[in-house]
Amino acid sequence: MDWFYIKGILILSGINLMAVLGLSLLTGFTGLFSFGHAGFMAIGAYTAATMGIKLGLPLIPSLLIGGLISGVISLFIGKLTLNLKGDYFCIATLGFGEAIRLILDNVQYFGGARGWPGIPLKIDLWNVAIINVVGILILINLINSRHGRNMIAVREEELAAKTIGIDTFKHKMISLFISAVYAGIAGGMVGYYTGFLQPKMFSMNKSTELTIIVIFGGIGSISGSVLGTLLLTALPEILRAFALWRLVAYGAAVIFIMISRPEGLMGGKEITLKGFIRLLNIRKRSGKAAEG
Amino acid sequence: MLELKNVTKTFGGLTAVEKVDFIVRKDSISGLIGPNGAGKTTIFNLITGIYKVTGGEIIFKGIPIQNLEPHRIAGMGITRTFQNIRLFKKLSVYDNILTACHRNAGYNLMESVLRLGRYKKEERNLRQDTEDLMEIMGLSKWRDHTAHSLPYGLQRRLEIARALAVKPELLLLDEPAAGMNPDETLQLMNLIREIRDRFKCTIFIIEHHMDLVMGICENIMVLNFGRKLIEGPPEMVQRDPQVIEAYLGEGAKLGA
Ligand SMILES: Nc1ncnc2c1ncn2[C@@H]1O[C@H](COP(=O)(O)OP(=O)(O)O)[C@@H](O)[C@H]1O
Ligand SMILES: [Mg+2]
Repeated sequence: MDWFYIKGILILSGINLMAVLGLSLLTGFTGLFSFGHAGFMAIGAYTAATMGIKLGLPLIPSLLIGGLISGVISLFIGKLTLNLKGDYFCIATLGFGEAIRLILDNVQYFGGARGWPGIPLKIDLWNVAIINVVGILILINLINSRHGRNMIAVREEELAAKTIGIDTFKHKMISLFISAVYAGIAGGMVGYYTGFLQPKMFSMNKSTELTIIVIFGGIGSISGSVLGTLLLTALPEILRAFALWRLVAYGAAVIFIMISRPEGLMGGKEITLKGFIRLLNIRKRSGKAAEG
Repeated sequence: MLELKNVTKTFGGLTAVEKVDFIVRKDSISGLIGPNGAGKTTIFNLITGIYKVTGGEIIFKGIPIQNLEPHRIAGMGITRTFQNIRLFKKLSVYDNILTACHRNAGYNLMESVLRLGRYKKEERNLRQDTEDLMEIMGLSKWRDHTAHSLPYGLQRRLEIARALAVKPELLLLDEPAAGMNPDETLQLMNLIREIRDRFKCTIFIIEHHMDLVMGICENIMVLNFGRKLIEGPPEMVQRDPQVIEAYLGEGAKLGA
């Protein structure tokens, strides 16, 4: 395996990670399932490409505008479905994701189903890394604030959240918005990395893959999402050599984790510096105990 | 402080609460008793906005609240505990209370994300409030335990602590002594009195343990089949033949 190949996998992981982080906020921390996040990625992807190619904006503003448009559109879906009881939201996202793909299939301006080639290659390991680090920091800060805790309360026990004065609808909307912005930025990066966009890149398979990664990494854990993304993006790529067995092995790995650790890789816990030091101390102590 | 005026609630054909009038006086401890299915919890759900009334008015500090959303009602100073405990199960004792303290901070989303401005100072205050509340409620020892791992009695106490974090003016307790032994019930009784005095809040309580209700309530409403049977101080309620009948009726059913 040469560096070029590894770099490719890392960039792909980074792009996926951005979308997974957003979905982690929505599903992992707020308890809302979405099966249309690929739709938000698509909106971000096509918007960002338009910004760069047609309006000549630089990379970062293009990605941000893509994310923002995606976020604004998510608010319409949220407004219509998030204050309804039941799974309307989940169903709506599913319909939305498919609708976006079908619409793009038919918009010839963006190349329709054949795709849109010739997008400048502006994504490298550095800017992917920086975007993700910023994304992670923002998410950590958010989770450790009253807004983040209110979202977790919605996930844990919505009725109780209301009776302690949490505007649950508002917090679901905020979570959805941020989540869609992340997905939009991730989508934007797809275009600028592959140089090519095609609606079928953003199919329901993609949405499902993102949800699987969030659950695999562990609901309510940012470090779980990071680990989950690295593993589940790298694994299929490494296994590509054994094309036939690839999906089987991928499925087996997911099933193995879900059976042996039903709460996901990290089980709602985080890898922190403090926790790491504590672990070292326990090792040391038990080591000493063994000596003595 | 809180006034129910002709409050009615029907579910399809079933009338769960029928034309109930009641007043909860400021700084009092009021009780709500009645056999199972009488409509007690439904009344709490109506007061906290979880259900909308079918008819009548609920007035809190002079303002009709029957059409407000639950979080607004909580914002006005009414909060509650649930008959079937509803904690944030996977969170620690500390996080349960910290989450409920959210209203004591005003920093906005931008300030959260960038850790700017009011964030640091207000967050420090929230954490201090949480420590204080854990101390008062005797929960400090359990700080890092997840809520669902606590013994039953402590879960009830944590739910009360979480409600107090909202700094309520009116606290509704739905069968707080359910599943407690007589010793724990006595402790709870003292705790409720202490809470009233210390947090200066009015308390409205649903309870089946007669010792507890009769011991701390100044005014009691008895509900039967959704209707108010009688209302008055404990001595009067205890002696009332209708009440004895309603409860005996249930007792006889249970015995059968
Ligand atoms: N959401 C609901 N839908 C239909 N019926 C309900 C609902 N909530 C309560 N009820 C009915 O209303 C009646 C009163 O219930 P409840 O207030 O829980 O009684 P209590 O708390 O006094 O035991 C019961 O017959 C119950 O089945
Ligand atoms: Mg009840």
